[in-house]
Amino acid sequence: MGLWRDISGTWKPMWITLRYLFRKPVTIEYPEQKRTPPPRYRAQLILTRDPEGKERCVACYLCSAACPVDCISLQAAEDADGRRYAAWFRINFARCIFCGLCTEACPTLAIQTSIHYEICKRDPLSLVFEKEDLLVDHGGKDKFYNFYKHAGIGVCKPRGGGDGEYGPVDVKDLLP
Amino acid sequence: MLELLISGLLILIKLVLIFGVVLGLAAYLVLAERKILGRMQMRPGPNRTGPCGLIQPLADLIKLLSKEDFMPADADKLVYLFAPGLTALVALLTFAVVPFSPPLHIFGRELPMVVCDLNVGVLYFLAFSSLAVYGVVLGGWASGSKYALIGSIRALSQLVSYELAMGLAIAPVIMAARSFSLTDIVMAQKQLPFILTQPLGFLIFVVCIFAESKRTPFDMPEAENEIVAGFHTEYSGMRFGLFFVGEYINLVILGSMTTVFFLGGWHGPLLPPIVWFAGKALFVAFVFIWVRGSQPRLRYDQLMNIGWKVLLPLGLLNLLVTGAALLWMNG
Ligand code: SF4
Ligand code: SF4
Repeated sequence: MGLWRDISGTWKPMWITLRYLFRKPVTIEYPEQKRTPPPRYRAQLILTRDPEGKERCVACYLCSAACPVDCISLQAAEDADGRRYAAWFRINFARCIFCGLCTEACPTLAIQTSIHYEICKRDPLSLVFEKEDLLVDHGGKDKFYNFYKHAGIGVCKPRGGGDGEYGPVDVKDLLP
Repeated sequence: MLELLISGLLILIKLVLIFGVVLGLAAYLVLAERKILGRMQMRPGPNRTGPCGLIQPLADLIKLLSKEDFMPADADKLVYLFAPGLTALVALLTFAVVPFSPPLHIFGRELPMVVCDLNVGVLYFLAFSSLAVYGVVLGGWASGSKYALIGSIRALSQLVSYELAMGLAIAPVIMAARSFSLTDIVMAQKQLPFILTQPLGFLIFVVCIFAESKRTPFDMPEAENEIVAGFHTEYSGMRFGLFFVGEYINLVILGSMTTVFFLGGWHGPLLPPIVWFAGKALFVAFVFIWVRGSQPRLRYDQLMNIGWKVLLPLGLLNLLVTGAALLWMNG
């Protein structure tokens, strides 16, 4: 019985491989055939815009702080109306590990992953993306969220005029 | 004098032809193996260099040649340098006795389609297949590395134990053909190839040549996940390439030998003899590749057990039965 099992166990795989020899390969041959990754694919990072077409990033540095490999750097600046933005924003994709932690940390949904995966370059320096390379003109995965509609510094005047907000508390009237 | 010159020239031409054909075959067997294994795993295999990947061997060659040729500090320099060449050379030399087709008649002279029709061709083949061990063993020993040494010791014991069973598998063939000459053995299979009259011998022989070629399921000398890469761990560049080429030349050899001993050599209907021969030899090579794509590696003790406790007694039994049958048939 054992011998018979061994013999059939020797022939079965041979038969299977022989059958597979005449099957069509399932390989996707990359440079010729490209596939669109699923929407949640984590490839190149982008900086998105809010529904009004303004930059979402408020230069809070949270993404930079969350990044495990420290590949995001930026400089905050402020508009005349008090709206914060990044004067420059730089991501070194030679270091990025596409973990997506920066997108988790971002309070404004500004920084997002995209499905654009063909960013390999021969020169590592050309993998350093500046704000112009990162900024896109759409809302990415969430088209409708507008951070400044909910909370903002000096943008919604008078203060507390945002959606679901109340006006500033008069700290003085709490005094005994 | 002229006669001698012409024969010498003819032998030289044959040598060059065989050299070229065998090396070309070895190179393209590598490609064929990668392709076939690929298809068995539902992927296309190499297809980037040239049409259908046909100049892949050239690319491989360039890659091997341009790699750093590294020699470990503890190596036994001389032996380390010539061991890989030995493997390939010995494999090539075996081709001297393989008869490819019946003698041709050109310009009134008989041209045997074998470099050297030795009357002890079988012994020559057996001798050289045991010599092939030297390349492997010396290579592993001269590297000055434990893993390489373990690999070469495994190769040594494996080849030695299967050499014996292989000899026993061929012996009945020699008895039936009544000759040690490979040409005579092929001639003896004009009516019936020996695979039909000697099925047991054929089975033993096939298992033995699998062990002899150091390929799956008997690739213990190279078992990557146990002993790194075995006897060629310390080799790089073209030196490793020589081992590699040697293995594939060996594949062609063993294919031809199976053809000669059991598959009826060049005999076959319709097609010219040389085509039959090449077809059969390549089919055996395909079976090698096919098995590699299907079978897992054996354990070392299993390998030894099969060799000594199964194949050897079976071979002896086959020898006895064949001898008795031959005696009985001759009255
Ligand atoms: S994906 Fe990860 S590694 Fe890349 S920038 Fe964001 S936090 Fe850093
Ligand atoms: S976390 Fe978002 S909002 Fe804050 S700096 Fe980064 S991209 Fe801008």
